Amino acid sequence: MNTATIKTKINTAQPTTVEQVEKESVYSTRQLNLWYGNNHALKNIDLEIGENEVTAIIGPSGCGKSTYLKTLNRMVELVPSVKTSGEIQYRGRNIFESSYGVEELRTRVGMVFQKPNPFPKSIYDNIAYGPRIHGIKNKKILDEIVEKSLRGAAIWDEVKDRLNENAYGISGGQQQRICIARTLAIEPDVILMDEPTSALDPISTLKIEELVQELKEQYSIIIVTHNMQQAARISDKTAFFLNGEVIEYDRTDTIFSNPADKRTEDYISGRFG
Amino acid sequence: MRYIEQEKVVRRMNGRMVVNRVFQGLFMFATALALLALVILLYRIVSQGAGHLSLDFLTNFASRFPDQAGIKAALVGSIWLMAVVAPTSILLGVGSAIYLEEYAIKGRITTFIQMNISNLAGVPSVVFGLLGLTIFVRALALGNSILAAGFTMSLLILPVIIVAAQEAIRSVPGELRDASYGMGATKWQTIVRIILPAAIPGILTGSILALSRAIGETAPLIVVGIPVIIQFLPEGVMDTFTALPMQIYDWSSRPQAEFQTVAAAGIIVLMVVLLFMNSIAVFIRNKFDKSY
Repeated sequence: MNTATIKTKINTAQPTTVEQVEKESVYSTRQLNLWYGNNHALKNIDLEIGENEVTAIIGPSGCGKSTYLKTLNRMVELVPSVKTSGEIQYRGRNIFESSYGVEELRTRVGMVFQKPNPFPKSIYDNIAYGPRIHGIKNKKILDEIVEKSLRGAAIWDEVKDRLNENAYGISGGQQQRICIARTLAIEPDVILMDEPTSALDPISTLKIEELVQELKEQYSIIIVTHNMQQAARISDKTAFFLNGEVIEYDRTDTIFSNPADKRTEDYISGRFG
Repeated sequence: MRYIEQEKVVRRMNGRMVVNRVFQGLFMFATALALLALVILLYRIVSQGAGHLSLDFLTNFASRFPDQAGIKAALVGSIWLMAVVAPTSILLGVGSAIYLEEYAIKGRITTFIQMNISNLAGVPSVVFGLLGLTIFVRALALGNSILAAGFTMSLLILPVIIVAAQEAIRSVPGELRDASYGMGATKWQTIVRIILPAAIPGILTGSILALSRAIGETAPLIVVGIPVIIQFLPEGVMDTFTALPMQIYDWSSRPQAEFQTVAAAGIIVLMVVLLFMNSIAVFIRNKFDKSY
């Protein structure tokens, strides 16, 4: 007797009634508290970020979303008066333990900032910066990494003949994609994006949103955004922050169509923020 | 209720425009005065001294006779002096600035250090001469050598370089630091690869201004015991020497009228050296200066 095999393709962007297999957690945040001096900026944050998906963090200005993002790669510690308590585990290892070098963490977790910030160097040197500081000197290898990263950021064709030109000579949207390519060049595991398109025009925004969808197949992406429509468009899960607390965290479609908390609903429908 | 009456605005407008013009004129006048002073100075010096400039002047030693007086010893001495002052002051100055801006924890101690450095910039140069005499000439037994004078001069201009370098480092945008740290760079890597290259133009401008002051200062040299007349060239940093400003001062205080001409020629040589130093700085600036 023959058995027929049915191949089912599950589109994970759409909700299914089948129980989702729990993806491995890339980041486990437990009871995270953060103070800027006396200002209690993050309160008892508990959050699990999944692998190979796009997690959006939304909320009104000043709610702590950028602060939380910058804690994930410990960039928040560049501010002198910062104190933290609680635990953040990156792939099972507490990032705050003293044996975990912050430079090592940041080579696994890359960051793209709100305003494009390329170095005042050539496009090639911008992309090669990451590999170079981690010891790669061979020109041929650097060439390969530069091309691979620029292709990964969907900007290779636009700049391949201009690699030795100063990165300041291209448009804002292109600069942001150069910054994304620069992050890809260190071959990270997670990419943190802090409102990456808020300073860009609609067309560049669209290009970057498409890029994020492509990148999630290889990387885990956490994106802070002010733009709710953007979160609804590109993310798999969304966390709603308010006054330093996580109010709700769920699949994106649930948050936007059927939020559990009234405050989430008020924010989504524009009643405040 | 409106508080700004349109008719009053129109009435007052003429007066305001007049005041505007008056002040513009005053500021232009102030600039013109400064420029005038500079032009007169240059004209007098060049017209008086240009005639005496010659190859002999550059290759002769000092002499009792004005027509045989040359600037060789002073010129070579000043160059030796700058060869000690420039690296010492720039390395110490930029190093201090990097420490203060990038490594020091901003607190009361750092503020205290900062205040002291700024105050040192205003201390008269004679005092630095006394300091150099006590420490370098006597305590460290360096004698009245190029090394002793060089270290003394370095201390004199150090505060200026530190402040200029700090300003330059501070003006590097924080977002570049963020980008570098975000990729896992260490503090040192960020300083060497991003911050210093961006700060070089500002650091150089401050350094050249400081070095220009050093090359023209006489008081500390006198206190340290640098001779005015020497008839030989220094061969090492432990040798004694004389410097351009001292030689010029000596000539200008001689009774014979011809020596005024010689002094003027010496001043021209000093100005040419300054111009040369400035152009090196401009050259290096341009190499590093990628516009923001």
